Amino acid sequence: MKKTDVTTYEHFLKVVDCQQACPAHTPVPEYIRLIADKRYTDAYMLNWQSNVFPGVLGRVCDRPCEPACRRGRVEEEPVAICRLKRVTADFKDDISDRLPNIPDKKNGKRVALIGAGPASLTVARDLMPIGYEIDVYDREKKGGGMMRSQIPGFRLPETVLDEEIKYIIDMGVNTFYNQDISSLDALLNKDYDAIFVGTGAPKGRPINLPGIEQAEKHINIGIDWLSNVSFGHTKEAPKSVVVLGGGNTAMDCCRTAKRLGATDIKVIVRSSYEAMKASPWEKDDAKAEGIDIIVNHTPTEFVIKDGKFIGVAFDEVESIYDRGGNRKLQKTGNTLLAKCDMVLVAIGQDTVFPWIERDIGLEFNEWDQPVLDERTLQSTLKHVFFGGDSAYGPKNIITAVAHGHKAAISIDLFCRGIDPHTRPDSQFNLLSQKMGMHEWSYDNITDHDVRYAVPHVKWEKAVKEIATEVELGFDEMLALNEAQRCLNCDVHTVFTESTCIECSACDDICPVDCINFIENIEDDTTAPEILLKDKLHVNKSHKDQDYLISGRLKTGNIMVKDEDVCLHCGLCAERCPTGAWDMQKLELDNIEATIK
Amino acid sequence: MSYAKSKFKHKDLPVNDIGLTYRDYEGAISTLCAGCGHDSISSAIVHACAELSIEPHKIVKMSGIGCSSKAPNYFLNNAHGFNTVHGRMPSVTTGANMANKDLTYLAMSGDGDSASIGLGQFAHVVRRQLNMVYMVANNGVYGLTKGQLAATSDKGVISKTGDVSLFNDIDLCTMALQLGASFVARCFSGDKRQLIPIIKAAIAHQGFAFIDIISPCVTFNNHQDSTRSYDYVQDHVITGAITDFVPVKDEISCEIPEGTFEDVCLHDGSIMRIQKLDQSYDTNNRYKAMNDIEEHKSKGEILTGLLFIDPTARTFHELNDTTDTPLNQLKQEVLCPGERILGSINNSFR
Repeated sequence: MKKTDVTTYEHFLKVVDCQQACPAHTPVPEYIRLIADKRYTDAYMLNWQSNVFPGVLGRVCDRPCEPACRRGRVEEEPVAICRLKRVTADFKDDISDRLPNIPDKKNGKRVALIGAGPASLTVARDLMPIGYEIDVYDREKKGGGMMRSQIPGFRLPETVLDEEIKYIIDMGVNTFYNQDISSLDALLNKDYDAIFVGTGAPKGRPINLPGIEQAEKHINIGIDWLSNVSFGHTKEAPKSVVVLGGGNTAMDCCRTAKRLGATDIKVIVRSSYEAMKASPWEKDDAKAEGIDIIVNHTPTEFVIKDGKFIGVAFDEVESIYDRGGNRKLQKTGNTLLAKCDMVLVAIGQDTVFPWIERDIGLEFNEWDQPVLDERTLQSTLKHVFFGGDSAYGPKNIITAVAHGHKAAISIDLFCRGIDPHTRPDSQFNLLSQKMGMHEWSYDNITDHDVRYAVPHVKWEKAVKEIATEVELGFDEMLALNEAQRCLNCDVHTVFTESTCIECSACDDICPVDCINFIENIEDDTTAPEILLKDKLHVNKSHKDQDYLISGRLKTGNIMVKDEDVCLHCGLCAERCPTGAWDMQKLELDNIEATIK
Repeated sequence: MSYAKSKFKHKDLPVNDIGLTYRDYEGAISTLCAGCGHDSISSAIVHACAELSIEPHKIVKMSGIGCSSKAPNYFLNNAHGFNTVHGRMPSVTTGANMANKDLTYLAMSGDGDSASIGLGQFAHVVRRQLNMVYMVANNGVYGLTKGQLAATSDKGVISKTGDVSLFNDIDLCTMALQLGASFVARCFSGDKRQLIPIIKAAIAHQGFAFIDIISPCVTFNNHQDSTRSYDYVQDHVITGAITDFVPVKDEISCEIPEGTFEDVCLHDGSIMRIQKLDQSYDTNNRYKAMNDIEEHKSKGEILTGLLFIDPTARTFHELNDTTDTPLNQLKQEVLCPGERILGSINNSFR
């Protein structure tokens, strides 16, 4: 069979599921080990280097790492990676002396950032330390973009956001707040060496139903309303509110309304509860606060009675899935009238570029999105780059950060006259963790505790005031316990064919039956999961997980390890008499996050 | 040294007829040297018992003294066990088997325990045809006392410290054959595909089953001059036939293999399927088996696989005509039925 390529980092990075799943490739196990060592400041800086906003993301990240976490495949729940990130921010010391030095002598290149959201701020953070001069424009009076305008204070306190933005702005970024850029062409004339567009997806999708003209005063677009609340323009909500939509914005809308005085709040969604787009924990919190979530109802009209708006009418529907897995809604015949004083529409948001002239050489595709080079985020106007939601539509903060890193590398290469496609290689190293006879530099004994819940303020108290943060965060004891649950997937089982004597000790000890010694199969082309079916201790249970396949051993057999549920406990290496197995930590330059 | 193996297991692990996975048949984490062949034997026993769906509490692990005899601690945590005096395991097993013949007796012994201090006990338990599985983890050295040559070492080999083996070796398989064992096999700890079916067949076999398992001592006998090292055994091992164990419930659905094969029906109805690689291979002929062993040995080869089986042999209890009820379950009133019955017995002789 084809031997796994272990000369590059790809195989190893994929084994670190959390790091692979994180768009910014945050070295998760490494920072969790630092937490376990109570080195909170070091853990924070490691995060800061790759994801720029550990305090923010430790509260409101979409957590693509957690569904990927190996722990979820060996027991029920993944490690609370996100909330451990918050721990680093909560318990760190002053970090000001650890921030990069900003050169007094600039390199003479000027870059404009449009929008002061996570993507732009990341570009600034990456380019300032290497001597760029940065101007950032934003229409609001403070930076932060959607992190400030759309995420309510009970989930993300303003102080946390301000602190992490300040680290970047204080590097000497020139800020132009309260400035709406109304023409890209005008900006092009200001002779910037590069322009980065990070304007997000600021337009809430409207809903057009019969009765909308007369009901107009009672209908608000969710993200606009949240923005008005966060900037202090809206201070109260009417008694009864209906929220349309099932995403995280809908959850923020209903919970905010509750804090502004609404008592009867209904979130009404077309889909089933499971299919709602909101993160499961957001739904749980909304329900805990007494919000009514009504599923399988599609709105039909804004109901006007005697010239007065009284509520929204719905049809009950069933979700029917055809053979192709497409959802179709079928009416059941039942209807519902949800009486209310205000409707918040949170059914999605879009990018919008009225300020970009269409005759300046910047091409747009059929969906009115800029045409971008996916590897470089460069537009058809060579010195204009895009990132964050404005690049490919609404995603999340961590993706915006990843775009920021990517664009910063492109901008730097472009400004130095190098083709942005010639990306710098990521260096990697595998370092043995052996400390002694059977001693490792990490806690290799698997911890069997179940996931620890994050403490929160009492729900009655939580809903009284918008600035009260609901989650209290892990205390130190809980954090240390939760940190022990991490399986250290970045400490890899590395196999050396030439020293293996095929004693099968590793195979015998492995608690999860990963390791197999089988006869070689003379076929280099067929997919391994097909070749290996029924040949291993246990068949592959997750298709996206890889095998580690060795070259031929002395007897002609090969070693096949299913990486899927490996606990990284190191017992294979402990039981190996010849050191053919070793536990080696993958050290990786932050991919696409470091300028070289 | 890690003191614990995670209790997490693969979610897709097969469950046997009594709802257990093989993990439920494991023992304590081994303290033997890393890479010790004995750990592979432990693992093979664990898998064999799990696959046969034996209730762990119906198994007895017997052993003497030595690295091999420590091994029962590392499998079948929920079975009974008796770690006896050096070389005296056969007598204690005989006693236990006398008291309760309904249990499965798995004995782990070593080359010192069986071929030196316990050779006399070994010879007699074979003669007795005790219904048990007698496994010898044979590494050719006394590992627990730092690697002196054992009685099973080949004549002429050199120990790790340079001693030459001056005397003839004892071949326990030949001895067992000669003394009338009804099931004799030789295996290699590094080849579980052979070892597990043979252990399963040995458990299913009614009578004395002997398995000599070449189990390299990775610390004291895995050097260049050794004939019990992983490299040497892997290079010199010869298999006369592939043995497969087909349990009763699988018989109907089991595939008929290509080539020559022979089915041996065991006492419980299960089948031992022997696929011949060597056409002259014959498991019915005690004398040919002894001859084959010696012939291969003279060529420097180690013949492995099932060497001899007699599924019709009578066991110790049958030979002694004991009661069907295990003796430990016979109550006082059955054993001592009282004066009236005694009187009627006496009367029958008058």
